Amino acid sequence: MEVKTAKKEKIIKQAPTTVSGAEAVIKCLLEEGIDTIYGYPGGAIMPVYDELYKYQDKLHHVLTRHEQGATHAAQGYARVTGKVGVCIATSGPGATNLVTGIADAQIDSTPMVCITGQVGSHLLGSDAFQETDIVGISTPVTKWNYQVTKAEEIPEVLAKAFYIARSGRPGPVLIDITKDAQFASLEFNYKKCTGIRSYKPFPKVNLSEIERAADLINSAKKPMIVFGQGVILGGAEALLQQVVEKAGIPSAWTILGLSAMATDHPLNVGMVGMHGNYGPNVLTNDCDVLIAIGMRFDDRVTGNLEHYAKQAKVIHFEIDPAEIDKNVKAEVAVLGDVKETLQLLLGFLKSKNHDAWHQKFKDLYKIEYDKIINNELNGKEGKLGMAEVIDEINTSSKGDAIIVSDVGQHQMVACRYAKFNKTRSNVTSGGLGTMGFALPAAIGAKMGMPEREVVAIIGDGGYQMTIQELGTIFQTKVPVKIVVLNNGFLGMVRQWQQMFFDKRYASTELINPDFVAIAKGYFIKAKKVTERSELKDAIKEMMDSPEAYFLEVKVEQEENVFPMIPTGASVSDIRLE
Amino acid sequence: MEKKNYTISIYTENNIGLLSRIAAIFLKRHFNIESITASKSEVNEVMRFIIVVEITEEQVKKIIGQIEKQIEVIRAYYHTDEELIFQETALYKVNSAEFVEDLTIQDFIKETNARIVTVTPKFFVIEKTGKRHEIDNLYDKLKPYGLMQFVRSGKIAVSKNEMPISSILEDFNTININS
Repeated sequence: MEVKTAKKEKIIKQAPTTVSGAEAVIKCLLEEGIDTIYGYPGGAIMPVYDELYKYQDKLHHVLTRHEQGATHAAQGYARVTGKVGVCIATSGPGATNLVTGIADAQIDSTPMVCITGQVGSHLLGSDAFQETDIVGISTPVTKWNYQVTKAEEIPEVLAKAFYIARSGRPGPVLIDITKDAQFASLEFNYKKCTGIRSYKPFPKVNLSEIERAADLINSAKKPMIVFGQGVILGGAEALLQQVVEKAGIPSAWTILGLSAMATDHPLNVGMVGMHGNYGPNVLTNDCDVLIAIGMRFDDRVTGNLEHYAKQAKVIHFEIDPAEIDKNVKAEVAVLGDVKETLQLLLGFLKSKNHDAWHQKFKDLYKIEYDKIINNELNGKEGKLGMAEVIDEINTSSKGDAIIVSDVGQHQMVACRYAKFNKTRSNVTSGGLGTMGFALPAAIGAKMGMPEREVVAIIGDGGYQMTIQELGTIFQTKVPVKIVVLNNGFLGMVRQWQQMFFDKRYASTELINPDFVAIAKGYFIKAKKVTERSELKDAIKEMMDSPEAYFLEVKVEQEENVFPMIPTGASVSDIRLE
Repeated sequence: MEKKNYTISIYTENNIGLLSRIAAIFLKRHFNIESITASKSEVNEVMRFIIVVEITEEQVKKIIGQIEKQIEVIRAYYHTDEELIFQETALYKVNSAEFVEDLTIQDFIKETNARIVTVTPKFFVIEKTGKRHEIDNLYDKLKPYGLMQFVRSGKIAVSKNEMPISSILEDFNTININS
């Protein structure tokens, strides 16, 4: 087949140099503009670590305390910067410890490249020491993976890995490199990957679909937008705002779409989904046109699909063709990067306002405010509530902080109450719901955005799943702020046990250690708050601290998160109590 | 929606590990693969998988989406039996002693266009290519004669409609050069 090679000729030829496979790995990372990587050494990856030693002034390697921590840190870094997160581990247990983070990155579309060492190629399949089939294990949870057994493959494979991880709908890629390939030498010559013939990351935009979408939006009486992380991944935040404002459409977000639009924007009507806001959930089943932008209709968003937006015409703006009609049938499917498609849409949109329709959202918010929000923010009696803590952080950060949350009740409260002015400020494990995500992710987020305040909000359960990363914080002196909302329970599970299992609290009560003593053991400033009167000063002290700071807040033990759509129920049957 | 036999044709790069990546997509959705074959295709260096599953059309559409999403998959198609020309091949190893005496079964083999591949004093090997039910009929017929071994290939099929892989590959190349 005749292929034009005009592009290739443009690349300036570099004189090849002979290097080891291990050194080639480092040189590839530098070629890709990587400055920070997370990892943990071990036998099969030692040649790469040996090279890292030589390149330590060019490439900052962060030694986490567990490989899972390395993946979440890389994810945190990727989520706030938009760059590819990189982590490195050895074979066997080192590699398997990456799997949770890889699965998390896959379901939350986070660009990440994981490099694992592997036993020598002559030992493959012999059940050698620390041999595990990580390519086989990671296949279902990676966008792409590959085992390198020859040094000369390294530059091309890593170039491909970075291209795949960041292009189109981003995702994790794992490259497994046998130890002999790390030792062997090659002529190093790096060419960035610009295309793979079987892979079309950006589907061709069909203008007639955009026009159909615009017609539906222009003639809609009760339109509603739900936007997701696609807006952030596509860098289309400003375009989204223009679309929303021009067409005057009330807009709600999915948990991963949070911060793509300022939380106090007048047309921002809150979160959809299981613990989302009352208005957008109820009115999903009242709108006439539902415009989904860069989101994938997760079951936590839709509730029972049989009763989800059946009255509405659905327009789906989406980059991944496999998401179209996967869960919700689209009347109009606009394939493409939202940065491209929203720009085109804008040209066809009529200026409108939908004040009467918007008022419905406000009315429902009033109900939610009176029934839930007011009590949670302004509770003057009893134990502290989680929302009060988030609110106090808002007061101090003025919405400029990056909030990294873990998984569970505190996560829902953090996402419901945190204020955001800037995009890429909400880092949480959405699709996979990985407890233990937040502490290491906060490390990566702070390293990615050192000039911004990073506050991790974590429950007492999830905190103990990756608590060892306090060691990483201590060693690297990364000034993250850690808030543990301690209710002595695995709160979300306990809430379900209370509501659906007759309060049989099976294995959800936690007898906790002295968290402050543990933090202090790592020489991290730490404080514990039990009284409402102490909260304000404690938050201020934490936020003002130039160093890392740990704050434990004892909160009400049996607080429940409402509103709530019980499993199997319709979004409009969302419960306020 | 009604479950049906769908034949999925997947054109891919020749890559180690792709079989397990594709199989994992079925596993994740708890779909049983009825048959699978992999071979080179009409295009140089392009592999073709043929997978048969019994699922609904909605399910097969979604699974095609997931398959096409894989980096090294060039294109995937699904077809019903009516849209295909398809065959399976089976080998039957039968005991010579029982077989050689019986002229009716020898005639049956001729009538069904089966072929005797090997004859030894101990066993005969018979080959039959055809539709599943034809292979099953011969199986039932030969069973009483001491069927020593039986094996059937996966379905192989070509579609009545065009599957323009070469031009898709050319498109990919042009897009990548221009981007």
